[in-house]
Amino acid sequence: MLKSSGIAQKSDWEAKLPDVNRRKSGPYVVIECYQKIPCNPCEGACPNKAVTIGEDINTIPCVEYGRCNGCGICISRCPGLAIFVVDEGFCPGFGKILIPWEYLPLPTKGSVVAGVGRDGKELCPAEVVEVRIAKNQDRTAVIGLKVPLDFVNQVRGIKLGGEENGR
Amino acid sequence: MVETQLLVVGGGPAGLAAASAAASLGIEVLLADEGLKLGGQLVKQTHKFFGSREHHAGVRGIDIPNLLLENQDKVNIMSNTTIIGCYEDGVLTAVTGEDQYFKIKPQRVVFATGASEKFLSFPGNDLPGVYGAGAVQTLMNQYGVVPGKRVLMIGAGNIGIIVSYQLLQAGIHVAAVVEAAPNIGAYLVHASKLARAGVPILTRHTIVEAKGTDSVQSAVIAQLDEKWQVIPGTEKELEVDVVCLAVGLSPVLDLLSQIGCRRKYIPELGGDVPFRDKQLKTSIDWIYVAGDTAGVEEASAAMVEGRLAGAAAAAQLGADSTEAGKIIASCQASLDSLRRGPVGAKIRAGIAKLEGGCCKCLNHQA
Repeated sequence: MLKSSGIAQKSDWEAKLPDVNRRKSGPYVVIECYQKIPCNPCEGACPNKAVTIGEDINTIPCVEYGRCNGCGICISRCPGLAIFVVDEGFCPGFGKILIPWEYLPLPTKGSVVAGVGRDGKELCPAEVVEVRIAKNQDRTAVIGLKVPLDFVNQVRGIKLGGEENGR
Repeated sequence: MVETQLLVVGGGPAGLAAASAAASLGIEVLLADEGLKLGGQLVKQTHKFFGSREHHAGVRGIDIPNLLLENQDKVNIMSNTTIIGCYEDGVLTAVTGEDQYFKIKPQRVVFATGASEKFLSFPGNDLPGVYGAGAVQTLMNQYGVVPGKRVLMIGAGNIGIIVSYQLLQAGIHVAAVVEAAPNIGAYLVHASKLARAGVPILTRHTIVEAKGTDSVQSAVIAQLDEKWQVIPGTEKELEVDVVCLAVGLSPVLDLLSQIGCRRKYIPELGGDVPFRDKQLKTSIDWIYVAGDTAGVEEASAAMVEGRLAGAAAAAQLGADSTEAGKIIASCQASLDSLRRGPVGAKIRAGIAKLEGGCCKCLNHQA
């Protein structure tokens, strides 16, 4: 299904999540990279050396969750825009997700956008709580979205269109 | 007559890397490129590249030409210059602009002339609004002109998927991507970016017809069965004003054919490809190839091949053999590493066929 549609299925992405205890103990990275392709910038991006690819650059990245603090530096370094950070303890009932974003105009902090799933379908309103666009991100913004807890591992994008994508 | 030690034909990723490697080994290099701006297809590649961190992975294609040319003031660059002939006495003919014709006599040549797009037969494919993906990228990313309002993309390889993403970034609606094969050919992370944007990727589908009077007004697509035949009754008409074709590339071999380089038809590498040894030397002693000319692959491999061919030609021209040897060995290791995974299987198969054929008929050095 992923191979024929580009849409990762639940069984695909669930396998990428850390265990339940780690999920509850602070923000964590989710690397939605399912295919062995020659690529390794994520490995060098992590200041905590939590991501390993190793000598064969076709290896799928492996995360050592004890080392990952969910900083999100790796998000803009992934050429495939396949890295997300999830914080399930953002505030009661809500989580925060960090997503890579390369569409202009960038959403503004405080606005409410439509969160979409891996298939682009609208799932829930999402408040933009953070917009990172530092020079070293090289024009890949990282957007922080506040979404209901049930959706932290469902929402992976913002609906395109409108003045500020999603309105 | 312009004389030089090494002539590099083509200033794309492979040509730039070849010129840079040879110049770093002290060789006098002339780089001829038909474009006004160096970089070849790189100047349209707004996305971040895959590959190894040591080889510009994570850097946007548009920023790579400058990196490849850094500290290479020893390379003599002739832009807006097309090589139009290549002769047995080692002379090449060239034209700068439209009327400045001249001859070049190099001691070695690296052809890095890239690839051209394949086309597809279907009724209406001659209507304005039917584009190749390269043209769409040129219009959009080089000249800032949108090709239309609603696009149907044909082909879900890396080019089709990446150009679709760039169209979305330019604010253009992509109605669908159709792909005749059962699976997406592009890297799946690229495909997932499109899926998140709500663009349907329809595998086992094809375009049946483009419709319109003066230009494309709609396109009919249909599902394919396992024998690649249209399943009657599955036709759907999409309202689009652009049909963009991204159905593969073939090496550009005009000059190599003129001079009589041996070639072989290898579908895995895009069609007719020149024989070349492990140092990218063709069947003609003074001619090397690199990049898509040597077999269609992708830009990371093209840059490594360019470096390899540049260093190999430099070694033949008397450059420090230890230094050249180091570059050659590290490039060969990098190519192995880029091609090692499952996505490199097709390339590996193609090269194996090519090298198999080569050994029988040439003094092929392993």
